[in-house]
Amino acid sequence: MNPLLRTGASALALTLMATLAQAEGKLSIYHWFEYIPQEILDKFAAEYDVEVTMDTYDSNEALLASLKAGRLGQYDVAVPGDYMVEIMAGEGMLDTFSRDEMPNFDNILPQWLDVSFDPGRQSSVPYQWGSTSFSVNRDVYSGDIDTTDIIFDPPEELRGRINVLDTAGETLTLASLHLGIPQCTTDREQLQALNDLVQGAKQHWASFGSDVAKDVLVSGDAAAGMIWNGFGMKAREEGANLEYAYPEEGYIVWMDNVVLLKDAPNRENAIKFMNFLLEPENAAAVTNYARYTAGVDGVAPFLDVAVKSAPELNPPEGGNPVFVQPCSEEVQKVYDTIWTNLKK
Amino acid sequence: MAGGIGSGPGKSARTYAGFGVTLILPAWLVIGIFLVVPIGIMLVYSFLTKEFRGGVIWEFSLAAYDQFFFDRGLFGDDPPKIEWTYILIFWRSIWQAGLATLLSLLIGFPTAWFIATRPASTRTIWLFLITVPYWVNLLIRTISMKFLIRDNGPLNTWLLETGVISEPIHLINTWVAVQLGLFYSYLPFMVLPIYAAVERYNFALSEAAADLYASRFVTLTQIIIPVVKPGIIAGCILVFVPSLGSFLAPDLLGGAKNFMIGSLIDEQFKGAAGNWPFGAAAAMILLSMVLIVLIFYARSQNRQEGA
Repeated sequence: MNPLLRTGASALALTLMATLAQAEGKLSIYHWFEYIPQEILDKFAAEYDVEVTMDTYDSNEALLASLKAGRLGQYDVAVPGDYMVEIMAGEGMLDTFSRDEMPNFDNILPQWLDVSFDPGRQSSVPYQWGSTSFSVNRDVYSGDIDTTDIIFDPPEELRGRINVLDTAGETLTLASLHLGIPQCTTDREQLQALNDLVQGAKQHWASFGSDVAKDVLVSGDAAAGMIWNGFGMKAREEGANLEYAYPEEGYIVWMDNVVLLKDAPNRENAIKFMNFLLEPENAAAVTNYARYTAGVDGVAPFLDVAVKSAPELNPPEGGNPVFVQPCSEEVQKVYDTIWTNLKK
Repeated sequence: MAGGIGSGPGKSARTYAGFGVTLILPAWLVIGIFLVVPIGIMLVYSFLTKEFRGGVIWEFSLAAYDQFFFDRGLFGDDPPKIEWTYILIFWRSIWQAGLATLLSLLIGFPTAWFIATRPASTRTIWLFLITVPYWVNLLIRTISMKFLIRDNGPLNTWLLETGVISEPIHLINTWVAVQLGLFYSYLPFMVLPIYAAVERYNFALSEAAADLYASRFVTLTQIIIPVVKPGIIAGCILVFVPSLGSFLAPDLLGGAKNFMIGSLIDEQFKGAAGNWPFGAAAAMILLSMVLIVLIFYARSQNRQEGA
């Protein structure tokens, strides 16, 4: 054989082998935007010789919709919030694993072990937890901000300069806290009041946006905005004079969880990845990047100093944190109508 | 021989007819598989029962269309009234898209005219310059627009510094910003078809009109516009239709405060609503409206050609 051809052929064979070797180790992640550092993905890929791919979504509902629309079976793991874990389990979208498959399972902090949305942690492990409230630009407004009035009955300085999250779930939950009514109430007067509240408050809102929540605060387009605590911390670190509020009426807490998806094409690697994320050093790396809080024991030595002392990540004692509840179909329908009326 | 000459083109048309079918087959397949089938699925879904949190149950239902046209109150058990919510959302999209089309026409026509009347050697450069910004992704361009027009952005800073204004112009999160975004996104779709029409325009017609003492205005309205009209209409359709369904500009520049048709449909699939049949029904209603406009256009064209 012609030497040139021979070299070419062996090079081709090598490439083929390399491709095959890569194809054996794959992991397909479906994750929130801007929520995991590339270094961690690279580290996992190198440690376990796995080719990692990731797609992103911007709300729990978008994740559900996309999996329902036929993408189940394409991804190995996803990162839904607490109530969405419950919904996905109810929809039969999750696979289960046993504790002995995951050596680092015992690293999970006890309070996050037996959670209501996944009793006994059969399909999920903690990713990060945090809160949802709002940040206020202290150059613009210097009064008391620890009240939901900031969003729903704002002081003069903030009117017309407020961004709210573009998700019905979180915005209507905060509105329910403002009114002091239970979440997912079936009481008609309370639902009517909820509708009237957001209708009346909208005139003070400049925009609805979730993925832009940080950007509008940093750029000054908004002087106050609903935001997740870690995103709020990032916004402050990017230079805006922001303070994150813990309203006395209450604020939302949530936990995002890595779940093992049903029909995962690479179940083994998915388990390895979940185990990898329960390693304190890796959980801390995610915290240092995303500015939320890990649900894993022993992360403290690996955390940035800024994270340890950040007001956004250290809620005051005795506040009123609540988890978002998944509403019944009947109530969800009313919520949808309220939301459509609000944005019509 | 008259018969021989007459049969020539007829024969060749017949000869090519067979080729035509073969050549158009790939296009038919692509349109069939990627356009007609999805629209068919959408049509079917719009008549199905919605499943809680997305998905459908395979039972016939008119609930989606009922929701679109009838208002049954917050709790769904009031006597039905006409539902204005979605009509309002559609109307907002229509006038925004219509205004964007008009603006594009006002700017695009002179631009196309300018390019078409340059010497042939420089035309390509002008055309290239028109398309250059469109090699950048639409999302990036829309976000750049946001940076440009925000209260403390370069536009306001510059206007303040030069003393043109004393207070920043508040554009971001207003319908004007949405309008700017739409107009800017789709302008070349107006320029290019008009350019193609003007390029074929026989300028001897203008000279003849001038010789017959037609004013410039009369030449424009009676001679030029009727001749290049197909290009203008094609441009208008190409700007209007994508503007009607756009949701990037309303979301990023308009602050997502008010639904446009695109974002309303998006919400049904990606939002908490998870109402797929309604999303499909809204899309079908939009599609029907666009088709009706296009059919009227096609019929008026046929009548003109017939006359």
